[in-house]
Formats: sequence, structure tokens, C-alpha cells
Amino acid sequence: MIPTSFEWIWDMGHIVFMGGLWYALTILGIGMTYCIVKAAIDTLKGDDGGHHN
Amino acid sequence: MDSALIPEGVKRCPFPRFLTGLAVVGAVLLWGVFAMLLCWLKGLNQTNMNDSYGFALWIWADLAIIALGGGAFFTGFLKYIVGKDELKNIINFAVLIGFICYSSALLILAIDIGQPLRGWHIFWHANVHSMLTEVAFCLSCYFGVLTIEYIPLILENRQIDKIPFFHNLGHNMHEVMAVFAATGAFLSFFHQGSLGGVAGVLFGRPFAYREGLLVWPWTFFLFTWSAAAYGPSFTIFLTKLLEKVSGKKLVKDNVIDLLAKISGWMILTYTIAKIIDTWYWIKYTLPGTGFRLMDFYDDNMLYGLWILVAEIVVGGIFPALILITKKGRSTSSLLWTAVILACIGVCINRWVMVLQVMAVPVLTFEEWALYFPSWQEIATTILPVAYGIILVMISYRYLPIFPQEKELNPVES
Repeated sequence: MIPTSFEWIWDMGHIVFMGGLWYALTILGIGMTYCIVKAAIDTLKGDDGGHHN
Repeated sequence: MDSALIPEGVKRCPFPRFLTGLAVVGAVLLWGVFAMLLCWLKGLNQTNMNDSYGFALWIWADLAIIALGGGAFFTGFLKYIVGKDELKNIINFAVLIGFICYSSALLILAIDIGQPLRGWHIFWHANVHSMLTEVAFCLSCYFGVLTIEYIPLILENRQIDKIPFFHNLGHNMHEVMAVFAATGAFLSFFHQGSLGGVAGVLFGRPFAYREGLLVWPWTFFLFTWSAAAYGPSFTIFLTKLLEKVSGKKLVKDNVIDLLAKISGWMILTYTIAKIIDTWYWIKYTLPGTGFRLMDFYDDNMLYGLWILVAEIVVGGIFPALILITKKGRSTSSLLWTAVILACIGVCINRWVMVLQVMAVPVLTFEEWALYFPSWQEIATTILPVAYGIILVMISYRYLPIFPQEKELNPVES
């Protein structure tokens, strides 16, 4: 649900619940976008990324 | 046949034996899938749920596997946030277990809601006054986190890792894993807690009702605490079980010792908190609702006082005392006993908080409401177990789940 939905109400419940959901999804989305874009750039540059544990 | 996919430097059973194992467990899985389809196609009349049991075997299974899967978030928290670096040798397996537990929980919920095509309604038409909405949000998001934590493991497969983009993607995901782990710990804190909160706010059900802090009943904190405490014990139990099945040592003793010690102290502190909570409930909360303790434990063999003792003493104090001692952790039989009792203990706790709550009569004219699940409910509850075994089999065979395996089991060339 987003503020443009007809059932949205500007109260604390909606702001905390939906804000928390979108906040978590944003972190995951930005994190994965960063990893994918950086992997594409590294691959184009021919960087092998090294080993990881 | 599949040797090119198996990690370098480790030995696996012959492919035909692996396929036979998959087929046996797969048959059980198909039985569960058949029952699941019955529930979806014919409806929830396939279950023995009724007006007394809106929550039944599935919800217990859900809560139990979410608690047992708590090892993923707590081990991730310990490794990435607290800095217990030794746990890097077991974190992959903890993530795999967490992934299985949470995907199973979501699968069970998809069956339980009866109309899975409307599952998205809980996100888009959210009831923001419901603890279950918080559970749905955090559970789904945390499953996303676990998927993100599991992907780098898949990318480390010998053949996939040869593709530069996937190699770089896996590397980059490892680099920022602390951010995902911290998000996972945050989400887990809230959904584990809210599952307990659901029971604790039921003021019409004095067996479950608890006072608390602000909007959170004490059960909110006890559920989070117990998941963090018992989850690592389940991780140890499955690691030891896999070592028995594979006939190999997969993780060094110091890693198991550290995780067992942390789990032991967490279980001990949790059990003390649980005892205080139970005492306060008996002494102050219950009399205020017009009930006595024995109103919930007599006239019924299934829910006698033994279940309280089994939960707190056998499944709490015993494993805690074993796991906090060096001798208990280093003696194989004692360690096995402790982690098994711990897993049983947390499952009893979830059983009591879901099913005994429903069974207890709350009005003077009511009787104990007992329930036995239908075979469809049992089959769909066993389904995730079969799915979990299959995913562990495939992951163990093709992915470098245990970084110390090569060192502990050198292969003669």
C-alpha cells in the first residue's frame, strides 16, 4: 500500500507499518542493485573480483 | 557423472546412490504436494480445523520452524555485527537451514490461507493494527534477505563460478553481506516477537494473555529471545546429523563449542526469564482474570502439568546446564542430548502457545476442545521436512557449504 491508495490514512499505524516495509525493501533493493551493477562494471573491466570467504 | 559440479577437493557418494536418496525423499514430497493440492483445489474442508481451532497444526509447525530457523539470523548477527569470525565456518549451513525453514513457513502459510492467489492482499490491503501483518511483512522481507544470503553460495558452485559476472556478483554480495545481515536481524527481531505478541495480546484467553511493555506483551520478547537461543542449537543438531550421515567431520570442534556455549547461555537466561514470566502470570495476572493455574492443567491427560515441566525443565534448564559447561559441550553424547532437548523444548513452547491456548475452556459451560489433524494436514506438515532434506542433499553435494570440510577430510589423489 502506498499513500496514493484509496484506503491510505495518514496516521501513525500506516506510517510506521508501511514505512518499515518500504524501508526494508529499499535497503534490499539498493543493496542488490549495487551488487549487480558493480559486478557488471567489474566484468566489463576484466576484474576477477578475487577470492572470498 | 556429475563430478564436474562437485566442489574441488571433497568426496561425495556415487551419483546413483544420490539419485536413489532423492527418489525416496521425493516420494514423501509428492505425497505432501498431493495433500497441498487437495487443500487448494477442494478447500480447507480437507482439514480438521473448526471454530475452536482457527490456528492448528500448520501454525504450530510455522512457529516451530521459524524458531528453529532463528539460528540463521542470530549466527549472522554474531558473525557480521558482533564480529565472531570463527562462525564463518558454519554460517553457510545456518543460512541454508534458515532459507529452508522460512521458505517452508511461507509455503505452509500459502496453504493455510486457503486462497493463495489473494496472498498479496496482506501487503496491499494491510491491517496496520494487526501483529500478524507485521509478521507477514517481516517474514517475507527476511525470506528475501535469506535468499540474498543463499545466492552467493549457489554462485560459488564450481561451474557457475567460472562465469566472470557471477563470480564478481558473488564477491560483491559477500562484501556488503553485513548490511543484509543487519537488516535480517532487525526484521527477525520484530517478526519473532510479533508471533509471540499474537498470543500475548489475547486478553480473552487468560492462558496466553500477558502484561508487557507499551504495546508489546512479555511474550513478544520471550519469543525473540527463545528463537535466538534455540535456533543455534538446531543448527548444531543438523550439522552433527549431517556429519553422521556423511560419515565426515564437517566443522571444527572450536566452532561448534563457541556456538553451543552462546546457545547455552542464551537458553539459560531465556529460561530464567520464562520462569519469572510464568511465576508473575500465576501470582498476579491469572487471579485478575478469575482463573487458577490448575484450571489449565487438570481434567485432561494431554495438557497435564507435565507439559509445563517438559517445556521449562526438560527443554530449558537441562540443555542450558549441559551447554554452559565445557564438559557438556565436549562430550559427544551430552552435546547430542542437549541440542535434541533444546529443539524439543522450543517446539513444546510453540505448541503450548498455539494449541493449548485453543484447547483451554474459557467460559464456565465450555469443555476442553481437543483436535486431531487430518492426514492432509499431517502430509502438508511433513512436506517441508522432505523439501528441506532434498535442498540439504543438493546443496551439500554441489556447493561449498562447509569451508573446513576439505581440510578436515583430505582426499587422497
